[in-house]
Amino acid sequence: MNPALIRDLISLLGPANVLSQTADLMLYEFDGSVEKGRPEVVVFPRTTEEVSRIMQLANQFQVPVVGRGAGTGLSGGALARGGGIMVVFARMTRILELDLENCRAVVQPGVVNLDITRAVEHAGLYFAPDPSSQKSATIGGNVAENSGGPHTLACGLTTNHVTALELVLPNGEIVRVGNPLGDSAGYDLCGLFVGSEGTLALVTEITVKLTRKAELVKTLLAIFDTVGDASRTVAEITARGITPAACEMLDGWTLAVIEDYLNAGFPRDSAAVLLMEVEGLREAAEAQAAAVADVCRANRAREVRTARDDRERDSLWKGRKNAFGAMGRLAPSNYVLDGVIPRSKLPEALERIHEIGTKAGFRIGNIFHAGDGNLHPIILFDPRNSREFANAVAAAEEIIRMCVSLGGSLTGEHGVGMEKNELMPLLFTDADFDLMRRLHDAFNPDSSLNPGKIFPISKGCGEIRVGKSRRPLGSPA
Amino acid sequence: MTITANLSARLESLLGSERVLSSESDSRIYAIEDCIPAAVVKPANAQEVAEVVRFAAAENLALVCCGSRSKLNMGLPPRRYDVAVDLTALTEIVHYDPEDLTLSVDAGLPLASLADVLAARGQFLPLSVPFFKTSTVGGSVASGIDSMLRLQYGASRDFLIGAEFVDGKGQLCKSGGRVVKNVTGYDIHKLLIGSLGTLAAITRLNFRTFPLPETSAGHLAGFSTPETALAFRKSVLASGLPFSGVQLFDPGFAELLSGKLREGNRPAAELLDPPRWFVYAFFSGHGAVVRRLRDESNDLASKAGAALSEILDQPSNEFFTEALREAFAWLQPSAPNVAIFRLAQQHFTPADVAQLQQAPPASPLKTPLLLNASGICLLALLSAGGTQNDRESLERRVREVFSFANANASGTTLPHAPAWLKSRLDVWGSTPPGFPLMQRVKSAFDPQNIFSPGRFVGGL
Repeated sequence: MNPALIRDLISLLGPANVLSQTADLMLYEFDGSVEKGRPEVVVFPRTTEEVSRIMQLANQFQVPVVGRGAGTGLSGGALARGGGIMVVFARMTRILELDLENCRAVVQPGVVNLDITRAVEHAGLYFAPDPSSQKSATIGGNVAENSGGPHTLACGLTTNHVTALELVLPNGEIVRVGNPLGDSAGYDLCGLFVGSEGTLALVTEITVKLTRKAELVKTLLAIFDTVGDASRTVAEITARGITPAACEMLDGWTLAVIEDYLNAGFPRDSAAVLLMEVEGLREAAEAQAAAVADVCRANRAREVRTARDDRERDSLWKGRKNAFGAMGRLAPSNYVLDGVIPRSKLPEALERIHEIGTKAGFRIGNIFHAGDGNLHPIILFDPRNSREFANAVAAAEEIIRMCVSLGGSLTGEHGVGMEKNELMPLLFTDADFDLMRRLHDAFNPDSSLNPGKIFPISKGCGEIRVGKSRRPLGSPA
Repeated sequence: MTITANLSARLESLLGSERVLSSESDSRIYAIEDCIPAAVVKPANAQEVAEVVRFAAAENLALVCCGSRSKLNMGLPPRRYDVAVDLTALTEIVHYDPEDLTLSVDAGLPLASLADVLAARGQFLPLSVPFFKTSTVGGSVASGIDSMLRLQYGASRDFLIGAEFVDGKGQLCKSGGRVVKNVTGYDIHKLLIGSLGTLAAITRLNFRTFPLPETSAGHLAGFSTPETALAFRKSVLASGLPFSGVQLFDPGFAELLSGKLREGNRPAAELLDPPRWFVYAFFSGHGAVVRRLRDESNDLASKAGAALSEILDQPSNEFFTEALREAFAWLQPSAPNVAIFRLAQQHFTPADVAQLQQAPPASPLKTPLLLNASGICLLALLSAGGTQNDRESLERRVREVFSFANANASGTTLPHAPAWLKSRLDVWGSTPPGFPLMQRVKSAFDPQNIFSPGRFVGGL
């Protein structure tokens, strides 16, 4: 890295807000995925103007820039694949405005997802997108990746809850798009920028919708002796037009692991459970809960429990949301996949995942958003064993290909990043890429922002300055 | 203009003569104000659409894509208009998986036909839009026209899950997919919503569908002042109760609505007599839910001191919501000169409403107003007179509303206005935030500017 750039960054931000020692940079070469990419300098701006100045300096010195929130992403979206400057939004953490009457909040990108809910729950409101990482993931990262979570089934993804953005474009220009209502004339630019994985602009301010808490939430746990019964239950709930707010499946092996870790109240001896939530008016939630329980029993559920109070509800959700953490006790690393299938194909997909795992020699756990067909197979592996790592990556790819072949998609909520960019041709044609590339270049013509993401590099859509990735830990660089 | 004499012949050799309409009377049907296309094509499938676009790109022709043409007059007339691309031959339902609640449908299919297919499986698409009986799926999405059910089901951006379209280079492209949760690639299909055909020719749209509610009903509350009606609306929205929609309207609108209802449902029409300020809240779902909402609405109305509080059962509610849904359509021919504003803002105070409805003294202007729960207000200026003076007074008033709206920082447009008025002011109002970015989006999609040039915001 050019020492003159470091000097300029320090003079702009102060020495406390610039990291350039290797030991520090190493902390920023990971996220929640199996990918790696080390930045050459990490900076912590406090204002939009500083972000803009950083972008201008990057252009002047011709180095790439990548934005980063808490680094909880699962597709390498916030990794510095091309080296360069990493802009970490950890010092832009203010909630700038709360308009409770109109259910809007204006926040800086570094605000933690759950902190938005904490700031407004006294008024009976919450921020609906609820990724499992919501205790640490930032809203800026959620916007970049268009994050979802268990309640996406009823509430939608981040994009359905963002009405306006302030952006810093790759040329350093500061622009605003959208309006508080979420209804400004012209093209839906918010719709384009949310989920663009940091490849079009850096987001410096976000206006989000707040959602009113439902009058009644009923949380049900249905316990099954076979995975097939549980997955058929999900397909039937959907087909019968019952619309739970969340419908999560955990397989038996995963349940036992979670119980060992947390004592969440899951049965240890079942093949699968469904953790489901219905909400709404008392009358609606009760009728839906009864309908859900009927479908479960018709599909041979061993037992259907209903959480008696908030404490029980919280405990069940804690088990779900900390599942990946619990898995961490079993192996040095795990690979959380993210694929989507049409919901009616769930029984078939789970069988195929099991077969792929068996063939590759992995026990694959399944903890996922069954209600919208969003699979999260989890592969446990040791990254120090390069053959095992390669096998895990190969099995992951096979599972994602299977999702696509069933009429599904590459990613439901984690993003493409540098994890799946080479798989994009499974879904998109050259013409599709050509248009996506033109849109990309309309904002980020030099790929100075987050290079090496989304677009397959092997198809000639790639960019310069792309470093190595998918390298097992400890292997020679 | 690059209209060549043999344009129709060349299009015929491209698509076959049965796909090209070349008589002047045919072309007139596709006119946008006084812009008449030189030729009309009716491609049979997306590949033919792509061929037409490639031809247009090579020949530097301007295209306007359309469905049933119910909203061709929205926006500005195109700067150039060589070929009308009628997409109504694209009517296939490509995939419908009721068990997955997903649908992939050609853009030219009428909404009403689609509704029948879905209803047979107990489902529906919550695009409850004006011109419902004639509109195509593609036109409803491309126009971005407001749905009555936005409060409960969201706007089309919330349930459109993918699209196929032909870009300005004549390439058949897609984005999104057929699953309900998907973040693969840019959400390009969201850009097409409300783009008025300026980015691409939409050939196919993928949606999530929803179960049809078991039953529905509505509640009509009447008030003598805008203050009490607005306060009631606010209390209804703040209740957090799951209404499908809440529409507030003024006595002038009530009078027109009553006239509409009289054709089909006299008892409902009579509820609007005498005209006053009304709030209509409608709801659907499980029987017990609907009963609860009836009771809650009545309670809220009695607390608010409503002069009238009436429940409308399912059949009456269907008449009522249909008439409200169609307001944008039936307001248009309701006077010799009609301008309809669409204002989008979070707060509407009594002072705002008074200001919006202020008519110049001794003017023949009527100003019916309809405000929905999502902060979208339709304000019509109806001018009964046809003299130069009347026109001037309408134009003056339209300018005043625009300047008031701009001061309020609201997104205000004029989706319907007489041609003479449209030639004198910008129906898109003030430039929206991020406009230079929209220009970049337009040139990325349509580098040669062949799709509906000039119809959209800022002359895009």
